[in-house]
Amino acid sequence: MEIILQNLEVVWFILVCVLFAGFFVLEGFDYGVGILLPFLGKNDVERRQMINTVGPVWDGNQVWMITAGGATFASFPHVYATLFSGFYLALFLMLAALIARGVAFEFRSKDKSLAWRKTFDYCIFFGSLIPALLWGVTVGNLIQGTPIDGNMNFVGGFFDLLSPYTILCGIAFILVFVYHGALYTSLKTLGDISERARATALVEGVITAVGALVLVGATYVYTDLFNSTLAMVCYGAAIVFFIISWILTRMRRVGWGFTFSVLTIISITAAYFAGLFPRIMVSSLDPSYSLTVTNAASSTYTLTLMTIVALIFVPIVLIYQGWTYWTFRHRVGTDDLHY
Amino acid sequence: MMDAIMLARLQFALTSIYHWLFVPVTLGMTVVVACMEIAYVSTKNEVYKKMAKFWGKLFLINFAMGVVTGIVQEFHFGMNWSEYSRFMGDIFGAPLALEALTAFFLESTFMGAWIFGWDRLSAKAHAVVAVLVAIGTNLSAFWILVASSFMQNPVGFVIRNGRAEMESFGAILTNGYVPGQFGHIFTDGLLTAGVIIASISAWHILRNNALDFYKRSMKWGLVFSIIGGILVAGAGHLHGQYVTKVQPMKIASVEGLWDTTQGASFSMFATIDEKNQTTNSFIEIPKVLSFVATDDFNGEVKGMKDLQKADEAKYGPGDYVPHVTSMYWTFRAMVFSGMLMLLVAIVAFAMNRAGKLETSRPMLKTVFWMLPFVYIANASGWYVAEMGRQPWLVYGLQKTAAGVSPTVTANEILTTIIGFTAVYVLAAIAALYLAVKHIKKGPEGNPSHDVREEAALWK
Repeated sequence: MEIILQNLEVVWFILVCVLFAGFFVLEGFDYGVGILLPFLGKNDVERRQMINTVGPVWDGNQVWMITAGGATFASFPHVYATLFSGFYLALFLMLAALIARGVAFEFRSKDKSLAWRKTFDYCIFFGSLIPALLWGVTVGNLIQGTPIDGNMNFVGGFFDLLSPYTILCGIAFILVFVYHGALYTSLKTLGDISERARATALVEGVITAVGALVLVGATYVYTDLFNSTLAMVCYGAAIVFFIISWILTRMRRVGWGFTFSVLTIISITAAYFAGLFPRIMVSSLDPSYSLTVTNAASSTYTLTLMTIVALIFVPIVLIYQGWTYWTFRHRVGTDDLHY
Repeated sequence: MMDAIMLARLQFALTSIYHWLFVPVTLGMTVVVACMEIAYVSTKNEVYKKMAKFWGKLFLINFAMGVVTGIVQEFHFGMNWSEYSRFMGDIFGAPLALEALTAFFLESTFMGAWIFGWDRLSAKAHAVVAVLVAIGTNLSAFWILVASSFMQNPVGFVIRNGRAEMESFGAILTNGYVPGQFGHIFTDGLLTAGVIIASISAWHILRNNALDFYKRSMKWGLVFSIIGGILVAGAGHLHGQYVTKVQPMKIASVEGLWDTTQGASFSMFATIDEKNQTTNSFIEIPKVLSFVATDDFNGEVKGMKDLQKADEAKYGPGDYVPHVTSMYWTFRAMVFSGMLMLLVAIVAFAMNRAGKLETSRPMLKTVFWMLPFVYIANASGWYVAEMGRQPWLVYGLQKTAAGVSPTVTANEILTTIIGFTAVYVLAAIAALYLAVKHIKKGPEGNPSHDVREEAALWK
């Protein structure tokens, strides 16, 4: 307890990392399923099967993003202010995409018209693809650095966010989430689609591996991430976990393959946070302008309060979210479709 | 061409009002649906299950819209109001994070279980899930109102390091502004859900559809309308008295009261000349304003001219009077709509008890036409709360103009306003289409309703 209270900013940096890791793991497969929807789902029933695999859980998963945002606001308000006002148009695109996706899940199958369902299928596809891409771009920008001035204000424009490295990060996020989503689909469906999803994961996994190699090189060239030993270890672990995941999937141990895909995403998130530490947003104008755990944090009082709250409620949330995953652990067939 | 501040305000107002079309429905409907499920568990009467499913589905359509616009609300603080977020983050972030941790997770997780759990959970477990959803939904309203109450009436803080820092979470939680505001919103949810249920039931009774189902629903709707209507007025009254103490300008502007008056009358209808600072009331009830505001028929109510002088002395030069005409009329729109709904509900309930409601077409039509008044009351109530705080963003601490993001340009805001509006309109059309289709179709088991098709599409 003593250690926690003396390093509250660090504790919160780790907690925010945990929340983002949870978000990427859980919404990662939701996004992946959404992106795969038009390709894996050969007919309406299969598409509904896919949507229903995430049906009972996507909304609870999305709350991980809301909580990560809220926790960032509470613990590092300057990061919240700089990031959200700076990445303005990118965030607008993400919000519009998330609105389309959320509405589409709920509305898609409540009408029989083909045009209606097709429209919402596209909403789910783009509503999953765009946030996946933009979160990757955002993470890339945090570490590569953005034009942040001495008043902690982002002074660039929308196109300053797009560099070869950040776009590569965006693509890598999409690739990893699609792999993750394909395994989830394979794991959670009955029938023909399950095997097709596994085959897709294997092929797509090879592309993801190639993408990952390019990303490692680019990360070395464009960022200082590998100055941190911990980041390097996490990055290495991510690659090892991914390879294990692919091999297990190849051996038809999809459940284990998915577990290692979860570990991959956790490790990659940890790698970026470790590489950032103690910075949260790197300034490309002057290193001293960077937002760090010290200059961007809330008061000790607020951080203490939030620590107590998090220690009580995060475990409770994990328990009841675990309960839903247990209750809906069955594979989704063709006769059990609510969405 | 509007400047960035006006555009940022317009965007926030658009999102808030749009968000607020759906949220009160979800706040109340979760409670009603949970009660229906409890009734089902304790009586084993299938009609309650049908009711929970039918009204629950209507709730879901609203819920989807409430969730997605709620995320936009959260992100708006950082996007358009970064200076506000820097100044207030130490205090404002905590209730927001608490909302996510204690309420959103609860609501969203069990919402999923509610939709997908009809066949996988026992009736009792499903009812528990419904209760948890109702708690989560209303708890999230509580936390956001704790945050909002700080903006209306800052307490438990200290200005340090150029920002407002939290000094006492207990003080923020027990802010005198919270019980009135939350009480008003919670009971407003009950009224909203009650009126919507009664109104839709009236529409079906008029058409002789599934009479058993809708007559029972009508009774539920009316009971919730009456309970909600009385409590929302009571909470509003107590809250008004509190606001009179902490934000006298809001009350004075709502009443168009320029001069400090003892034994002030309540104006029912007036023309307001803001330039010459006069209000010309056509109908007024003597001494009622003083009584409502102070519990004393001869009590003193401060006028805007005196309050402006006092604010200038306290905060420096500036215009501290909100837009009086719109305040005056939105407040009346809220109060008159609320009273009308309550009155109609009481009359309809009495007629129903006498067995005369279902045969009285004019009364059924009247009940049906209460529907728009819910939305008028909700939107205008929120307008009064937010607009009445102007020019302040955080009352007495930060003006609205000082909270806006310095790096976001007017063009960027305009672009996103157009974008969000387009998305909102499209989503609203889809939601309305589905809601109307669902309402017309009626409950499961209705002869006019294809059960097998429903089973395939939705359970």
